[in-house]
Amino acid sequence: MSRRRGGTVEGRSEGPVHAYCEVIARRREGAYWVLSMAAREIAERAQPGQFVQIAVEGQHTLLRRPFSIARVTRQGASAGTVDVVFDAHGPGTSWLTGVETHDVIDVIGPLGTPFPLPQRKVNCLLVGGGYGIAPLYYLAESLLRRGLRVDMINGAATAERIMGAIEAKRLSASVTFTTEDGTYGSRGRVTDVLDEVVETGHTGLVYACGPNPMLRAVSERCVELGIPVQVAVEERMGCGIGVCFTCVVPIVGRDGATRHKRACVEGPVFNGARVGWDRWGVPGGATAAAGQTAPPVASQAQATPPVASQAQAPPPATPHAGAGQPAAPQARTSRSATSPAPGRADAEEEPGSSATSSSRAEPPASSPPPPRPAQVIVFDELDDEESPRPEDAPGTPPSPPDEG
Amino acid sequence: MSDEVRMIPSDQLPGWGRKRGGPAGAAADAELGHAADRGRDHDQPDEVRVVGGRGAGAGHTGPAGPDAEVVGATRRVLDPGDIDLSVRPAGIELPNPITSASGCFASGAEIDRFHDVADLGAVVVKSITLEPRQGLPAPRMAETPSGMLNAIGLQNPGVEAWIAKDLPWLRERGVRVIASVAGRTADDFAQVASALSEVAGDTIVALEVNLSCPNVEDRGLVFACSAPDSAEVVRGVVRAAQVPVFAKLTSDVTDIVEIARSVVAAGADGLTLINTLLGMAIDPETGRPELANTYGGLSGPAIRPVAVRNVHQVHSALPEVPIIGCGGVRTVTDVVQFLRAGASAVAIGTTTFVDPFIAPRVVDGLARWCAERGIAAVSELIGATAPVHPR
Repeated sequence: MSRRRGGTVEGRSEGPVHAYCEVIARRREGAYWVLSMAAREIAERAQPGQFVQIAVEGQHTLLRRPFSIARVTRQGASAGTVDVVFDAHGPGTSWLTGVETHDVIDVIGPLGTPFPLPQRKVNCLLVGGGYGIAPLYYLAESLLRRGLRVDMINGAATAERIMGAIEAKRLSASVTFTTEDGTYGSRGRVTDVLDEVVETGHTGLVYACGPNPMLRAVSERCVELGIPVQVAVEERMGCGIGVCFTCVVPIVGRDGATRHKRACVEGPVFNGARVGWDRWGVPGGATAAAGQTAPPVASQAQATPPVASQAQAPPPATPHAGAGQPAAPQARTSRSATSPAPGRADAEEEPGSSATSSSRAEPPASSPPPPRPAQVIVFDELDDEESPRPEDAPGTPPSPPDEG
Repeated sequence: MSDEVRMIPSDQLPGWGRKRGGPAGAAADAELGHAADRGRDHDQPDEVRVVGGRGAGAGHTGPAGPDAEVVGATRRVLDPGDIDLSVRPAGIELPNPITSASGCFASGAEIDRFHDVADLGAVVVKSITLEPRQGLPAPRMAETPSGMLNAIGLQNPGVEAWIAKDLPWLRERGVRVIASVAGRTADDFAQVASALSEVAGDTIVALEVNLSCPNVEDRGLVFACSAPDSAEVVRGVVRAAQVPVFAKLTSDVTDIVEIARSVVAAGADGLTLINTLLGMAIDPETGRPELANTYGGLSGPAIRPVAVRNVHQVHSALPEVPIIGCGGVRTVTDVVQFLRAGASAVAIGTTTFVDPFIAPRVVDGLARWCAERGIAAVSELIGATAPVHPR
């Protein structure tokens, strides 16, 4: 904990700041921890989907830890506070569980791209895995203020990892809980109930946050259903501010080429239909430039289910974007390579190719309906994903969406 | 761009603030860096004695005290605002000796969200290759004790896109740019150097030849492991360049002085020492390497002593060759160590990841550090070491 007094801030008049923040409260919620801090400038500038970087004091730790913003408060007695939710699973997050009220912590934020908000009336479905649901509650408040219908699917491995069940009920037209062990809600995974909820909620737009295997499954199903999907991904982060190029995600551009985008400045929110899930963590997975070819590889990928190992993927309760300790690698494919032959990039996005991933016991066992073309959703100031978005601006309505 | 706003008076921001000599000054060194400092290996307390550098009786000193005949011992405390921070490595005029380290500052605009990057002596941009590169797959990073491993694989937009997109912004902001050049072949390097030289103007003040990125497909491509290969690359770049050329070397060699001599003989105007050290981390449970690339470059405070040693070794052998020192710099006293070891400028890398304000913080802190010791010009510190056993 810093000797500095809380409230010390440095930065520009817009964009992220570096702030020493007094801890207002720290409490348990189920299996998780919730930390509230006084961070006026961050609270004023934050939007749902963004994250903060917190300096931790584990033994010999060097790097900050990223945490999704779970809530900001701009009015009332606790105005100017920011909440984060985390799971203690590494030296950094373990240290953070010992932070006391009135301690001062060292925070940078808000960082990253927010969830883009739709310009037209559309029913929204928020799908959260584990405490990945937390930033979606924050998003739900923005969507509700726009008069949009919000449904939720809140999934976790087990009951104590269902985060904020009461809040979910308060914020949604309907909420469906799933646990893998059946201790709360229906037994299974979020994708087991996705079709039904989409049907009853007449969903036109899906937002998801949680472990990457869940995001992949949700994205692939949404593509099949022709529903736009926005996901907040997780990838190991070094700096969180765009300079180290650690946290890259393969993103398939409109030109069919796959490019590595930084989850910290060009994400963490991406169009789920454009994430190259098959190419993530795969040598040669991103091959953008014309004339730049991927290393020659065996083309077993077509025959083999893409990621058999993800059948044993971590339960949905694993950390979502920014869970502290540079996260354990998500059950990555053990295939040494896929077959990203030049010019085939767009094929990776063909919905049909994802049906082979049924080993994950999600989407419909029976033959899926033919994919529908995705509906077009116009978002507020949503830039083309080909160009890095100025992270200060996207999605910003003229006035702050929250409690304004 | 927005104006820079200091929302809190600078005297409440230890180690930060243009108001030099403010009440925060004395505590600057201890306060530098960020919260992670608290787990740090405590730096040596500031030395009391003052040893002048070149032109100031370098190398002859003793402990400070009323009787000691020490250059600078009788100096009085100066105003930090009066300290001459400028340095001239290889003839490049830099207003202060602090630069970014290549690959740790992206294009510059990312950090400019926090502060004006033109405040740095120079910005060393992420290495530029002839063709765009998407780099290596994730995971690209693993944290290690007081450091980190990375295997990025030189992801960059390629020289054409860099000139079209990044350079105009840097030029408009008045940033002094040291452009880092990388490639697979000596000819790649020369072509990039040539393209950059055509557009250098006043903005690109030097080129840095990245001979030593450890994250290449083939270790045989680490040019800096071979004196003749390094020399060949440097020769091509020097021929194409119209600005001073720095060669960035690795410590992962038997004799770095031999490599240094070869690149200087090939025409390099200066050296950047050092790149990351090749390392590895293994997940103890799964047995899998932590990095998709298996091996990666180790950076951060963990490598600082290695870097200081390399600078000292090369400076001792080639005292006339300017050096940009690099490796694990986190505090003002780290900078002073590199200057004393023989560096004319000091690059900050990994620390930027945890503290985007580290460069201006260190620039201000360096002025105060010098002022408190009566050192009027930071250049006096370059190469100013004392004998282990004072006479």
